Amino acid sequence: MDATGIGLWGVPLAMLGGAIRVSTPFIFVSLGEAITERSGRINLGLEGTLVFGAMTAYAVAVMTGSPWLGLLAAAAAGLCFGLFHGWICKFRGVNDIAIGIALMLFGSGLAFFFGKPFIQPSAPDLPAIPFGGWSDIPQVQAALNVNVLFLIGAALAVFLWWAFRNTRAGLILRVVGDSSDAARAMGLNPNTVRLIATGIGGALAGIGGAYLSLYYPGSWTEGISSGQGLMAVALVIFARWNPLGCFAAALLFGGAGALGPALQSVGVTQGYYLFYAAPYILTLVIMIATSSPSRSLAGAPGELSITK
Amino acid sequence: MRESSKKAVGVETIGMSMRFGAFTALDDVSIKVPAGSFHALLGENGAGKSTLVKCIMGFYHPTAGDILVDGREVAIASPKNASALGLGMVYQHFTLVPSLTGAENLVISREKVPGIIDWRKERAALAQFMEQMPFKLPLDVKVAELAAGEKQKLEIIKQLYLGRSFLVLDEPTSVLTPGEAQEVLGLVRGMTKAGDLTVLMISHKFHEVTAFADDITVLRKGRLTGTGKVSELSHKQMAAMMIGDQPIAALDSRAPVPVGARQILTVKALKAPDRTGLKTINIGELDVKSGEIVGVAGISGNGQKEFLEVLAGQRTRDAGDVLVKGSPYGASRAEARTLNVRFIPEEPLRNACAPRMTVAENMAFRTFDLNEAGKPISWIRMSAIRDYATRLVEQFKVKTASLASPIASLSGGNVQRAVLARELTGEVDLLIVSNPCFGLDFSAVAEIRARIMRARNAGAAVLLMSEDLDELLELSDRIFVMSDGALVYETPIAKASVQTIGEHMAGHH
Repeated sequence: MDATGIGLWGVPLAMLGGAIRVSTPFIFVSLGEAITERSGRINLGLEGTLVFGAMTAYAVAVMTGSPWLGLLAAAAAGLCFGLFHGWICKFRGVNDIAIGIALMLFGSGLAFFFGKPFIQPSAPDLPAIPFGGWSDIPQVQAALNVNVLFLIGAALAVFLWWAFRNTRAGLILRVVGDSSDAARAMGLNPNTVRLIATGIGGALAGIGGAYLSLYYPGSWTEGISSGQGLMAVALVIFARWNPLGCFAAALLFGGAGALGPALQSVGVTQGYYLFYAAPYILTLVIMIATSSPSRSLAGAPGELSITK
Repeated sequence: MRESSKKAVGVETIGMSMRFGAFTALDDVSIKVPAGSFHALLGENGAGKSTLVKCIMGFYHPTAGDILVDGREVAIASPKNASALGLGMVYQHFTLVPSLTGAENLVISREKVPGIIDWRKERAALAQFMEQMPFKLPLDVKVAELAAGEKQKLEIIKQLYLGRSFLVLDEPTSVLTPGEAQEVLGLVRGMTKAGDLTVLMISHKFHEVTAFADDITVLRKGRLTGTGKVSELSHKQMAAMMIGDQPIAALDSRAPVPVGARQILTVKALKAPDRTGLKTINIGELDVKSGEIVGVAGISGNGQKEFLEVLAGQRTRDAGDVLVKGSPYGASRAEARTLNVRFIPEEPLRNACAPRMTVAENMAFRTFDLNEAGKPISWIRMSAIRDYATRLVEQFKVKTASLASPIASLSGGNVQRAVLARELTGEVDLLIVSNPCFGLDFSAVAEIRARIMRARNAGAAVLLMSEDLDELLELSDRIFVMSDGALVYETPIAKASVQTIGEHMAGHH
């Protein structure tokens, strides 16, 4: 990207554009994980689901020529992974974190196996809406070229925030996540609720994967995710299980992730690799700043194994 | 539906038996709870009270026997059937969801909840419902932020909101302070008198039964051993029905505190943050002498727990001194060992045990790395640990399937006995105790109190924190009252009055 025309203004602009572009998979994975964790389970396997979703979407889009079918296929694949996780975890003595790690490796491995033939061909992209048409500056146009999935993700965050407190399904999810005993006393089956929640979480992570391979970066490679699925899980904790918080945190991560490339584009040649690490440093700083040795994590679902 | 079932219903069981394989949990029990009465169900742990109640509530299907509701025979196959008949249960442990508000808890527990909840309509309906209730509660606050008494009231309100007119209360006051217990039971009592409610209460506390119940039924080992009107029975008779001819540990008579007894524990100007981190607890001065029990009374949440955690080393302090026998005490293992400090915290399974380790290992926590002479050893001998535990289990009558069972598999009373065995064996100069009898049955309570008194008479200084005022009055030589993080009142036992202590507990001074 050539930023010479607008000088240093290119940095915040590129970060804004980056935030919107990079954050979308974070939004979907973290919203999915928020649903899962609110039900009292943690699914670390979303990293694997993300990669597998990316591969599935790309493969289906290449074969059918439709990115939307690819997206659907990725969601379906994610759903299967989620349901599998949820189903295994209902058995006594099974640890959700261990299963998650196993599924993370399994999902990535499976994606690499099936994805080999699709590294070369190119697939159609998911459409984006150019909100920057009013401006003549190419950088502004590039930054405001917003993919539909980002808009869907934003709407989904608001919807989930509303649904957690205003719908029967939302309340049931919170009941199950906070107290299995109370749920059973109400005649609810916690395992069923968690199975569904993990399934939905997986489907959303699959959609996040589809965005990766079908829009940004927009091709299928084995290193496509580089740990974004795992970071999204941390993001949920940082967002205190609040969907709006997840959205904001995803934007922040996206913006921080765009810092390195943005600096590079305005001609900073030294040490910009350090800025590539910005999201990770940001995670550490925020985690340290918002936690305390004498207070427990506010808002944590009571049944979650990591906060018990 | 809530309006139509306002009248209390009576429940009767006839020849109820419940067998689990070869084990008979309930043997031909017939009880009668007339509409609008307050009935107490007494019995030791494992006497079959819960089994009986679970049969009535449809959780178990009795092997034999019938249930009559309002004189009509009914089949209760599931808890759903029971609720349809207006039967509800308030459990010993809260079944409210902590992170939901009171209103959310009430609405979601309803049989039919609309897919999308119209909160404006629901709130109006709830406000109207609450107006008929004898007590007010904040419904927009998260349940986690309510006090125990408020939670218990909300549990009862939930049952009434669901249209229940026969309530089973399973040890409803075990998590409440005396004041809260009085209030909640008084309100329920009022509703039974008005004919709106019938209550069957499982309880261990005689004074509550005497104060609030009309009739009692006593179970022992699954059999009905007595029944009658509360007004015609003494505590002694009730106790005899409950435990049969098995002897109850009697409290040793209190040896006088010797003049000039050595000061063991000294706490000076102690400051520490409380659990919210917003307030501090501030203990001006407290000392405990050898051979006396100093009691600390207070409503839960006034800083006792934090004070205890500081003494136990579970919480850091900001300022102040804790001295044991004149030397600074920081709750390290080495200090506890040289100064002979022992500790019996509340919820012993959580605070004093490693739940999944075995009974023998748990009992050896203080001594596993020492030899007979008290010198450190470098190789641990499992046989020594087992022998030691065998001796203690016998001495303290801990009931366990085996020494190799995880301690979490023991009943509450036996976990407490195991911890007592560990803490009271050997030389004890300072004993710090918190709510030692919480949730335990009659004979376990008597025995544990007797052990504490015996330790005192043997010369230990005892600091006893308890939410049970009766316990403090029975055991203490001096009583302090803790309120709002500070010790606000001190009285020797001879001059202690429940009234004055209660006023200071409530912070009316």
